Amino acid sequence: MTDTNLKLQGMSASDRRALAAGELAKRFALPLVIIALVVLNAAVTNNFLSTNTMWNILLHVSTTTLVAIGMTLVIATGGIDLSVGAVMALSAVFCTFLLDYPVVVILAGTMLFCALFGLLNGVVISYIGVQPIIATLALMIAGRGIAQVITDGYLVTFTHPAFEALGKGKLWSIPAPVIIMFLVAVLVYIAVRFMTFGRYVEAVGDNEQAANLAGINVKKIKVAVYILSAVFASLAGMIETARLAAADATRIGELIEMDAIAAVVVGGTLMTGGKPRIWGTVLGAVLMGLITATFNMNNIPYSYSLVIKAVIIVAAIYFQRENK
Amino acid sequence: MKSVVNPLSGGIWRTSGAFLQKQGALVALILLVIFASVRYDAFLTSVNILNILKQNSMIGIVAIGMTFVILMRGIDLSVGSLLALGGILAAMLSPYGLAAALIVPIVVTALLGAVNGLIIAKMRIEPFIVTLAMMIGVRGVVYAVTKEKTRTIDDSVTDFFVMLGNGTFIGIPVPVWIFLVILAAAVFILRFTRFGRNVYAIGGNEDATHLMGIRVDRMKIAVYTLSGALSGFTGIVLAGRLGGAAQPVAGNMWELDAIAAVVIGGTLLVGGRGNVFGTFIGVMLLGIILNIINLQGTLDSWWQPVIRGTFLLLIVIVQAQLIKRKKEQRRQ
Amino acid sequence: MNDIVKNFPGVKALKGVRLHIRKGEVHALMGENGAGKSTLIKILTGVYRHDEGTIVLDGEEVAFKAPVESQQKGISTIYQEVSLIPYLSVTENILIGREPKTGLGAINWKKAHEQARAILLEMGIDIDVRQPVNVYSTAIHQMVSIARAVSMQAKLVVMDEPTSSLDDHEVEVLFRVIRKLKDDGVSIIFVSHRLDEIYTVCDRITVLRDGEYVGTWPIQELPQNRLIAHMIGKSESEAAQLTRMKETEDKTGEKVVVKLEGIRQGNRVTDVSFELHRGEVLGLAGLLGSGRTETAKVVAGVLSADSGTIRYEDAPVRFRSPRQAIKAGIAMCTENRKTEGIIPNMSIRENITLANLRQFSRLGFVSRRKQNQVVNEFIERMGIKTPNADQKIKNLSGGNQQKVLLSRWLALQPNVLILDEPTRGIDVGAKAEIHAIIQELARSGLSILLISSEFDELIHNSDRIVVLRDGRVIGELKGGERTEDNIMKLIAEHSSHKEWGGEKANDGHESEAAGNERV
Repeated sequence: MTDTNLKLQGMSASDRRALAAGELAKRFALPLVIIALVVLNAAVTNNFLSTNTMWNILLHVSTTTLVAIGMTLVIATGGIDLSVGAVMALSAVFCTFLLDYPVVVILAGTMLFCALFGLLNGVVISYIGVQPIIATLALMIAGRGIAQVITDGYLVTFTHPAFEALGKGKLWSIPAPVIIMFLVAVLVYIAVRFMTFGRYVEAVGDNEQAANLAGINVKKIKVAVYILSAVFASLAGMIETARLAAADATRIGELIEMDAIAAVVVGGTLMTGGKPRIWGTVLGAVLMGLITATFNMNNIPYSYSLVIKAVIIVAAIYFQRENK
Repeated sequence: MKSVVNPLSGGIWRTSGAFLQKQGALVALILLVIFASVRYDAFLTSVNILNILKQNSMIGIVAIGMTFVILMRGIDLSVGSLLALGGILAAMLSPYGLAAALIVPIVVTALLGAVNGLIIAKMRIEPFIVTLAMMIGVRGVVYAVTKEKTRTIDDSVTDFFVMLGNGTFIGIPVPVWIFLVILAAAVFILRFTRFGRNVYAIGGNEDATHLMGIRVDRMKIAVYTLSGALSGFTGIVLAGRLGGAAQPVAGNMWELDAIAAVVIGGTLLVGGRGNVFGTFIGVMLLGIILNIINLQGTLDSWWQPVIRGTFLLLIVIVQAQLIKRKKEQRRQ
Repeated sequence: MNDIVKNFPGVKALKGVRLHIRKGEVHALMGENGAGKSTLIKILTGVYRHDEGTIVLDGEEVAFKAPVESQQKGISTIYQEVSLIPYLSVTENILIGREPKTGLGAINWKKAHEQARAILLEMGIDIDVRQPVNVYSTAIHQMVSIARAVSMQAKLVVMDEPTSSLDDHEVEVLFRVIRKLKDDGVSIIFVSHRLDEIYTVCDRITVLRDGEYVGTWPIQELPQNRLIAHMIGKSESEAAQLTRMKETEDKTGEKVVVKLEGIRQGNRVTDVSFELHRGEVLGLAGLLGSGRTETAKVVAGVLSADSGTIRYEDAPVRFRSPRQAIKAGIAMCTENRKTEGIIPNMSIRENITLANLRQFSRLGFVSRRKQNQVVNEFIERMGIKTPNADQKIKNLSGGNQQKVLLSRWLALQPNVLILDEPTRGIDVGAKAEIHAIIQELARSGLSILLISSEFDELIHNSDRIVVLRDGRVIGELKGGERTEDNIMKLIAEHSSHKEWGGEKANDGHESEAAGNERV
C-alpha cells in the first residue's frame, strides 16, 4: 500500500519545516534528558558535581556500554543476543588460564576464544536458520553453565598488576575502562558511519531480502555482528575481572543483556533492524547509569530505580516513534 | 477441475508444519522416556512421574499463557515478575481472608497484562520492549514493597494455600490437576472458539486479519491479560507449594524457560503456527532432562544448565532443518 | 461520498472528492497512482477517517472507525495485495469471524467446511477447503479473497486491482461473479489500471487526478484516449503518443550474450531454452505461474538451476548467489520493489549505490563525493522527483522508487539487465518515462530481458517475444508476429490440463509470510 507515501512536491514549506523540526527534537531528546538529570542532581545531590563522581558513574556504566555497543550492531541487523552475560562469564574464566602470559596475549587469546562462541551463534542463526532469541538463549543457559562447571562455582582470584590495570588503572585520572569504552565507541562509530560495513548492516536490518538481491553477503554480515558482540562482551568481562582481580562465573554479567538491550533501545536503534545508533546507545547506557547513581547517592532503594528505568524505556521508544 | 486429495483429519494435527515439528518434540520425548526407563529403575515409577509433573506444572501454566502470546507473534517477558507479584500480593492480603488473597492478585496481574497489551496495541511498541520494561518495573515494585524479604501467608488461610500447592486429589497433586485442566481448556479455546482462531489469524498475518474485520487491538489486550492472569495465579500456587512463603525473587528467569518450552514444542516465534499440546511436550522434555540429571546423581549440579541449553539448541537446530527441508519439498 | 477531504501530515491527499454509486452498477474508479483512489477507498471501508465531507450509505450517514464497522454496514472489500492468512485453511480464510457454531458455542468445523466449499463451488472452483491456503497458487488466493468478500452479502463490494494476480481464465471467473452480483442488486466499485477490463465490465467511470475529482461518465461516452487524457491531464493527442509501438529491430544477427539450455528449476521451470542477443530487448510472455520470474532469477543468480546450462558471453556459468551474477555483469530489477527492492529507510543516494558500494569507496571508507557524482546524474537522467538525494526512499511515490531501483542496477553498468514487471502499480505518465528509458538503454547496447504480464507492454517494448507456459518455451514471435492474439493463441494451443489444486504456492510472486522473523 504505497499510496500513503508523502508526495514531497505536495508538501508545503511550513510542513516540511515542521517535519524537520520533529526530527531534530528526536535527535536531541536523549542528550537533553541527560543534561536535565545532571542539573537536577547537581542541585539535589551532595558531591555530585565533582569529577570523581562523574568518572565513577562512567566507570560503572562502561562495561554495560561496551556490551551494548555490540548489541547495537546485532539489533541493527534485526537480531538479538541474549548470550552476552554468559560470554562475559566464559571470558572471565578463560582469561585466568592465560595469566602467565603478557597482557596482550591474555586479551587477544580470550577475545579469540569468545569470538568462537559468537561464530557459533552467527552460524546457527545465519546458516541454519534458528531464531536469534532461541539460539542465543541456548548459549546463555549453556555458556554460563560451562563457566560454572570449570570453576565449580568458586571465585577465582589472582594477582597480575598489568592485567588488573585494565580495570583499575587510570590515565590522567580517567579510569581505564572509561577510556576503553570511548575508544571502542569511536572506532565502531567510524566503521558504521563512514565505512561500507555500516551501510551493509543497516541494509540487512532494514530489508534483508533486498539487501541479499543487491549482492550483499547477508549471512557473512550477520555472523560478523554476532562475533563482534561476543568480542565486546569478552572485553567487558575481562575488564570486570581485572577490576575485581577475581573471576566470578556466577555473578558476572548477571542480567546485563537486559541492561544492554534497554540502552540500545533507548538510544534509538530499532528492534526491527535499521541504522545502528552507536552514540545513542552510549547515551542510553549513561542515562541508565545516571538514574542508578541518582537513586544510590540519595539513598533511595535500588528497586525504585527499576521502576523509573522501565518507564523511561517505554517513554523513549514512544517518543522516537512519534515521528514515524 | 480436480479436487485435491490428502485430507488431513481434524483434531490437533492440523497444519502439516506444526505436525512435523511437534512430531520432532514428541519423538524426542518418547526416546528420552525409553532411555530413562531403561537406565534408571527409579524413573518409571508413579512417584517419580508424578514428581516430575508436579515440579513442572507451574512453569507449565506460565508456558500455556506464553503459547497464546507467541502464537499471536508476540512475547511476554514479564511473566516471571508478575508471578512474584501474584505471590506477594496473596501473602500481603491473606490477613483479609481467602477471597481477597486469591482474587486481588489475579486481578492485579491481569490488569498489568492488559497494560502490556494496551501499550503494545495502541502505542505500537514492540512486545519485547514493553514486556521487558514491565518485567523490570514490576520486579522493582516487588523488591520495594517487600524490602527484599520473603512474605508469609497469614496463618488463617495457610491451609488452603498449602493444599493448593502440595495437596493431592485422588493421588494426583493439585497443581498437576490445575495444569491439566488449564491445558485442556487452552486446547479447546484454540481449536474451537473464534477467540482461539483469531489468535492464530493475527499471528499468521496481522494486517490481513485486521482487514478481515477482526478487532486485533482488543484481541492483543485480551491475550496479554490472559498471560498476566495466569502468571499471577501461578505465583499464588507457587507460594502455596513453598509452604505459604512468597519470595520476591520468585519466577526469576521463568519467562525464558517458558519461551524455551513453547519453542521446543513446535510453536514458531513468528506466530501463526503451533499449539499448546506441543508446549506441554516441551515442558515435559525439559522436566525429564532435569529429572534424569538428578537420577544420575553423579553429575555436578552445574551441568544442569549446560545440558538444558545444549538440548534446547539441538532441538531448534533440528526444527530449523525440518522447516528448510519442508520448504524445499514444497517446491518440488 | 461527497466533498471528501483527507489530510495526511504535510499533504492534502483528497481535496473535495465526490463519488456517487448507484445500486446494482459496476463503477470504475480511475486515476494515476497518487491520485487518491486507494485513499478514498480506505476512507470508505474504514481504514482511514475523512477530515471533511460526508459519506452516505443507503440514505444513512456513516463514518467508520475501523474496517469491521464498514463490514457490518454491508461494505466488503477485495484488496489489491492479496491478504490471506497463509497457514490457516481456506475455510477459515473465508469465514473467519463468522464461523458457524454448535449449540454449545464451539465452532462447528464440519458445517464451516461445507459452507466454504459451497461458496467456492458457486464460483466454479473445486478445491479441498481444509488445506491451508498457502499450498495453493496466488490465483486461488485471489479467488478465496473474492469468495470471502462475496459471501458476506454486502450491499457494496469494493475491488481494488482484483485482477493483478489473475490470468485470463480466472479473470473470466471474476467477471462472472461480478455479473451475478449485479443481478443481485449489489453495487461494485472497480479499481484497475487495466483499461480493457474496465471497458468490458463497468457501467460508469469516475476519474480522480492529484486528489481532485475530475468527472464521472458513462462508459459508452468515454473513449480510451480521452479517459487517459483526463487521468494524466494532457490532451488526447499527447495521450495517444504514449502508446506508440516500438519499431521492430531484428537483433538476432548480433552476438549471443546469454544462452539458456534446458533449464529446470523447482517445480515452476521445466525446460527453458532461449538466447538473448546484444542490444536486444527480449520479452518474456506468459501467464502467471509460467515460470518467467523463476527463469530470470536463475539467470540472476538468485535461484540455482536443478539442471540445464547457462552460457554467458560464450562461457558456461553457474551463479550461486546474486553477488556472483552482479560481478559478472548481470543485474535484475525484481518485480516486488517493496519487499525485494528498496531499503526503505535509507536515502536515495544509498539505495542507488548499494549494489556496488565498493566502487564508491576506498579502503572500506565510503566516498560521498564519488557517490554524488553518479547519483546526481541518475536523478537527472531518470527524472526522479525529489528535492535532494538524502530523501528516504520510502517517501517517494511508486514510480520514483522504481526509477531509483533502476538507477541502482544501471549504476553497475551491467551487460545484461533483467526487468521483472518494471511498471507494475505505476501510473501512465511514469510508465511512459520508464519505457522510454528502456528503449534508450537498448539502443546503447545493453541486452535486456523484459518480463511483463501486460502483453501491450511487451509488444511495444521488445524486439522479440518468447512465450512461456508451464515452465517451458512454447514459441517465439518476431517482428510483425508480435500481437496479443498470437501470444494468446500460442498459450491456448499448448494448454495442458490445468488443475486448481496441488499447484504449489510461491511462484516467485509472493514473499514468505515470515518476512521479518525476529521477535
